[in-house]
Amino acid sequence: MCRQTKEKCAHNAGAVYCGLIYAFLFLPIVVIVINSFNATNTKPYLTWKGFTLDWYGKLFQNSALLDSFQNTIFIAVTSTLLSTFIGTLAAVGMYKYKFRGKNIIDGLLYIPVVIPEIVLGISLLTLFTNTNIPRGLLSLVLAHTTFCIPFVIFNIRARLDGYDKSIEEAFMDLGANRLTTFLRITLPVLAPGIGGGALLAFTLSIDDVIVSYFTNGLTMTFPLKVMESIKSGVSPDVNALSTLILLATMVIVILTQSNLLKNLRKVLKRQS
Amino acid sequence: MVQIRNVNKSYGSNHVVKNLSLDVYEGEFLTILGSSGCGKTTTLRMVAGFEQPTSGEILVQGENIANKEPYERDVNTVFQSYALFPHMTVFDSVAYGLKMKKVPKKEIHTRVLEMLELVQLGGFEKRMPAQLSGGQKQRVAIARALINHPKVLLLDEPLGALDLKLRKQMQLELKRLQQKLNITFLYVTHDQEEALSMSDRIAVMHDGALEQVGKPKEIYEAPQSKFVATFIGETNLFEGVVRGLRDHLVSIAVESGTILGSGEGFAENEMIAVSVRPERMQYSLTPVEGFTIEGIVKEQVYVGSVLKSIIVLQNGYEVKLERLAGEMLPINGTVYPYWEPKDARLIHPRDQEFFSAVENVKMA
Repeated sequence: MCRQTKEKCAHNAGAVYCGLIYAFLFLPIVVIVINSFNATNTKPYLTWKGFTLDWYGKLFQNSALLDSFQNTIFIAVTSTLLSTFIGTLAAVGMYKYKFRGKNIIDGLLYIPVVIPEIVLGISLLTLFTNTNIPRGLLSLVLAHTTFCIPFVIFNIRARLDGYDKSIEEAFMDLGANRLTTFLRITLPVLAPGIGGGALLAFTLSIDDVIVSYFTNGLTMTFPLKVMESIKSGVSPDVNALSTLILLATMVIVILTQSNLLKNLRKVLKRQS
Repeated sequence: MVQIRNVNKSYGSNHVVKNLSLDVYEGEFLTILGSSGCGKTTTLRMVAGFEQPTSGEILVQGENIANKEPYERDVNTVFQSYALFPHMTVFDSVAYGLKMKKVPKKEIHTRVLEMLELVQLGGFEKRMPAQLSGGQKQRVAIARALINHPKVLLLDEPLGALDLKLRKQMQLELKRLQQKLNITFLYVTHDQEEALSMSDRIAVMHDGALEQVGKPKEIYEAPQSKFVATFIGETNLFEGVVRGLRDHLVSIAVESGTILGSGEGFAENEMIAVSVRPERMQYSLTPVEGFTIEGIVKEQVYVGSVLKSIIVLQNGYEVKLERLAGEMLPINGTVYPYWEPKDARLIHPRDQEFFSAVENVKMA
């Protein structure tokens, strides 16, 4: 074989391999999307009976499912805000100040991350029961905030590793007080880390099942509702909602990955 | 302008700055020179307000600034790491100090452009720090500080991160700026050449304490301590005991023989150190009166206009000798190093240095 054909073969093999990886990753998602348009009416809703948009209509009549989705979004947003706020202050504080037992506190941060979620779920349940915190939205928000904080801290700390403290000093040197310095220098420089931490917290919260299962009381979240409905086969209206979530996620990813946002910002700036 | 009075700074048991007193005069370029870890940067940061002295006081124009926050002090700092704001344009960075002082927008605009022109960065005002080279970044940092017309500009090894050629160029520029704007500069560096060429006065620090303050020429030619003698430039240092005094002449017994120096205020049997610069060192092929040291020429390096030689004395001590190129020394031949007594610098050793001198004498 001459060198060119060899290279061609290698190239083709690479393409096939790559295709397989993507098929492996995306087939399950494609199945859900297709099934959300499936006209079948019989459990377990798996045989193809033609195209329909009925499930999308039914979705908007299924108030229990929609309620659970609303809960999930509320919990995700609240716990993201809380954990980002607490996590940012913690990360900055632990970066700036030296105190006794700092290493121990540092190490303790890893524990909520590495212990099995089921242990965290049970311990949170015990805690909520013993302290008489009603199980529902409140307990869910607290639980989600708990396991999100370490991730936020880790993300911001990675950003702090390359952080030059003297830019804060330089800013104060120019006449800015500590608060202004924090708002105008520390926060903007850390923004990518904070944003990344918040996104991570949001995704962790939105699809959490195990911890939510132990701490939800009577409140249903979307993942819990899906788990429940699995007992009778995944009903196509769940597929429909999943497809919509998928669509929303994709739009966000495309927006952030492309320069669309940047260009948009430029246009807005020019107008102002 | 700035008075540092009996300032001490400790971190725990680590005593970084020891009872430092230093006056900086109005409009002068004063350099604190010392090796890394000698406390020079800490001293500067205490003037800037980023560190609090453990004891002592710092006055700027007669006013004690101990309890003032950095943003309340009328001093500005140029940092070694530039410390530019990564998310602000050159214009915004330089304008910020004026903005905080509530200077009208129009005036800010003209003053910033003027200042950028002055540091040769005209046309760069829309750039972000990431789009600048090292030298340009440092110019921004300097402009950002100078635009506030501080009473004192503090510079913490501002040229340390630049390459040699750029550093030389920036040295000249800084000196030019300082003279043009007539602002007091307090400059910190470990680079003796930088200190010698730019400063009006140099304060040499060692191990947290001030060793000597003086004009560059005084520091080089009349070092008052062993550290200053060896740290600034090259020198030949002898330690010994005063054996004879006649008029200004002092005869000193060192390990390898007897040498001469000149000075007043020395007593017989006193331990002293003698510093002789290589370019003041001479040699003879026959013994010279008053000197009994002899050695063998070990090495000669011809560096264009200068001939550098090393003579090994009998005790193994290497004497450095530098002369304008001329006759070569006889390699491996015996020579007698000597110098004009007035060219030798006699130094009273401090207590801590005393013991090594005693030991040297015992060995002899």
